[in-house]
Amino acid sequence: MVTLPLGTARRRSLPHGLVSLGRIAAFLFRAPPSAFGLVVLALLILMAAFAPLLATHDPYVQDLQSTLQPPSGAHFFGTDELGRDIYSRIVHGSRITLTIIFVVSIVVGPIGLFIGTVAGYYGGRVDTVLMRLTDIFLSFPSLILSLAFVAALGPSLNNAIIAISLTAWPPIARLARAETMTFRSADYIAAARLQGASSARIIWKSIVPMCLPSVLIRLTLNMATVILTAAGLGFLGLGAQPPLPEWGAMIATGRRYMIDSWWLVTFPGVAILLVSLAFNLLGDGLRDALDPKQINKR
Amino acid sequence: MEPILSVKNLGVRYGGSAEWAVRGVSFDLGRERLGIVGESGSGKSTVGRAILRLLPGAEVTADRMRFEELDLLDIPERRMLKVRGARMSMILQDPKFSLNPIERCGDQIAEAYRTHVRATKRKARAKTLEMLEAVQIREPERVYDLYPHEVSGGMGQRVMIAMMLMTDPDLVIADEPTSALDVTVRLEVLRILDGLVRERGIGLVMISHDLNLVRNFCDRVLIMYAGQVVEVLDARDLDQATHPYTQGLIAAQPRIGGDRGPLPVLQRRDSWVEGAA
Amino acid sequence: MRRRVIPDIAGQAGAILVTLAGLLILTFVIGRIMPTDPVRAIVGEDATREVYENVYRQLGLDRPVWQQFFFYVRDVLTFDFGTSIRTGQPVLQDIARVLPATVELATFAIVIGAGLGIPLGVAAAVNKDRWPDHVIRIASLMGHSMPIFWTGMIALLIFYAGLGWVGGSGRMSQFYIGLVPERTNFLLIDSALAGQWDVFRSAVNHIILPASLLGYSSSAYITRMTRSFMLDQLNQEYVTTARVKGLSRNKTIWRHAFGNIKVQLVTIVALAYGSLLEGAVLIETVFAWPGFGQYLTSNLLIGDMNAVMTCVLVVGLIFIGLNLISDILYRVFDPRTR
Repeated sequence: MVTLPLGTARRRSLPHGLVSLGRIAAFLFRAPPSAFGLVVLALLILMAAFAPLLATHDPYVQDLQSTLQPPSGAHFFGTDELGRDIYSRIVHGSRITLTIIFVVSIVVGPIGLFIGTVAGYYGGRVDTVLMRLTDIFLSFPSLILSLAFVAALGPSLNNAIIAISLTAWPPIARLARAETMTFRSADYIAAARLQGASSARIIWKSIVPMCLPSVLIRLTLNMATVILTAAGLGFLGLGAQPPLPEWGAMIATGRRYMIDSWWLVTFPGVAILLVSLAFNLLGDGLRDALDPKQINKR
Repeated sequence: MEPILSVKNLGVRYGGSAEWAVRGVSFDLGRERLGIVGESGSGKSTVGRAILRLLPGAEVTADRMRFEELDLLDIPERRMLKVRGARMSMILQDPKFSLNPIERCGDQIAEAYRTHVRATKRKARAKTLEMLEAVQIREPERVYDLYPHEVSGGMGQRVMIAMMLMTDPDLVIADEPTSALDVTVRLEVLRILDGLVRERGIGLVMISHDLNLVRNFCDRVLIMYAGQVVEVLDARDLDQATHPYTQGLIAAQPRIGGDRGPLPVLQRRDSWVEGAA
Repeated sequence: MRRRVIPDIAGQAGAILVTLAGLLILTFVIGRIMPTDPVRAIVGEDATREVYENVYRQLGLDRPVWQQFFFYVRDVLTFDFGTSIRTGQPVLQDIARVLPATVELATFAIVIGAGLGIPLGVAAAVNKDRWPDHVIRIASLMGHSMPIFWTGMIALLIFYAGLGWVGGSGRMSQFYIGLVPERTNFLLIDSALAGQWDVFRSAVNHIILPASLLGYSSSAYITRMTRSFMLDQLNQEYVTTARVKGLSRNKTIWRHAFGNIKVQLVTIVALAYGSLLEGAVLIETVFAWPGFGQYLTSNLLIGDMNAVMTCVLVVGLIFIGLNLISDILYRVFDPRTR
């Protein structure tokens, strides 16, 4: 009991969020799988940041003299059918992957938060309507719905990102709503209401910050699916278009030469697998680090 | 008389914990009713589960832990399966949770029987109906086919008692058998249990936090504090308790017709725990 | 308790109707925002102005949007989904022809996925935080993380091109195509009915690899959910009761704890079955499997929106149907909801 005042005093000296983030990171690093996930993601970010330095070749320049070369000292992962260096293309492809992750997160997070908190806060008819809408989107497998959107919008990387975002928000909204329902009747919300705070203000100032941690975790967990969907769209020719070095699209073009030149499909595939595995391991670790029941709810 | 159960210097430590949840607990049990009393967290339930060897992952040590001719400390699990539920059993606290929600009450009782006795389904059913009558259930045929969520708490606990006495065990541990029940049915359930235990000469260990209840239904009382036994008394001598903790427990019981001043706060001293630093 | 069932069913039906309406609106909207000109897709690039206008009016594009939606709903309700531009056949007929191949693949896969995932999930829960749990967790996360189109290619490379253990692309060897009369379009059933055991063997040889991959990826989800359901149950008091009765650990786990998660597992397996359709889109492309997924993607690429939107609608309907079925099973099998 004596330690309690000490604990709160120390917590007050640092922003609350930072302390708990630090604690979560420490927890994650203690478990080998989630530590692996963190390391892979750190490498991915570094790779994207320093892509021009890390790449040994220009990812777009064709060299028809040396097509379909097996991996060697000159080309770490070999070359493709147009003589482009696969290693350099994968390195530059990490930028595309990160862009997808980043854009989808900043689109999906706010949409999901907005719909979820509004539905949860107002309840009643608003809730019913918004949750029905969410259910309709949830009643499709996300890849099929993305496919339909991309088909309508036309195949391109941007449209793929839009399509994925349009299909990825419902689980976030569900989660934010569930969280909001637990806070809605809390005394401090009532207190804010008695002081005359508007609903918008209460949602923005009191409810959104409370939902944020679990929404972030859920986003992390969903990133593996987002990456696989994006790669799948790229593979089907509906995502990033050639000559962009998107990993899924690279596999699609490499497919024709697969039997004789295994390296064309192997390395981009390993890259996708590693990144999505990293997100899954990280999400799994986060789930353990925080209350498992809470995160499992959709 | 040869005791049914003899425990000497029992200690239990849960996996990963440095603290002993139970230590230095010793007692003998004949064909009598022994109460174990203590606050929550005093280790009384742990003692019950240690005797049944149902503490996976926990470290159990003792100088002696004998049940009739068996040394509970080192008989293999395979033989333990023939003892548990046949010769010793345990009544759990809350029938809402301790009965399997998706099986009919009667089938659950019959399962206890058929696990240990080779019997046809028809025979097991007949035995079950008999047992349901023995716990004073008026329409055994109907109750047999009910699911646990369809019976009341008192009825559920009678089903539990029927299940645990089905095989005529020599030892029954009752772990807070009535604390989840409505006050109005507690006495009734206890009387049924008490009657069956006396009638069949079963040794009973009644684990409870309720001093009055134990005083009325047990021959002897063991008082536990922080994992240790602080005092053993005959139930009728409870008022002559010498240990300050027991005295505190007794003083903390509200009494009809007693003075209306505030009840004394229960004292807790580290010095009561032997070997505490 | 019995009285509550009727309003429950009414509420359920209402919810389904609303979801159906939403499904129609969604497909209608997607169909309308597409940049490709549906008239051009039909009449071709060098049609005269009159022809163009004619088709424009035929498609009802000159009417207000709400009328167009009304016509769309009417068409759907009368099962008129138009003709596919690519095949020239009614879309519904096309889908009926390709769907069995996918259902066959998905069913084979779910048997593998559930057969693998459920026992592994139970094993992981029982051995929580010990090495089997860790191994199972990593294995299932791998299944969850692999891009299935890529794994499919690698598996083809190894097991077909390299080792020659399985058949390659397609549902059977080229050699057997057309040998078996198409009765159900489920090749395994058709060939068995016809007594063509060579074809049957060839079909099994071809389905085993894509089905295993799909099964593995869906077992990841099934394992995880089984584990968490099982952990909930193992902490329940009735499990202790079963042990006190003298049941062995195994019997307690399988008869009592597992008995209590069966109903939940039905839902999970139904959901997993639905999402297999998603994996099928990709794996069918890799394995040249002439099913629903391939039909959908090939129409996507040429912008045959009639066919695409109908496919989306069908998938949505299958999902709603699976949800409904698992809901009904829940009611039937869980005594607490009866």
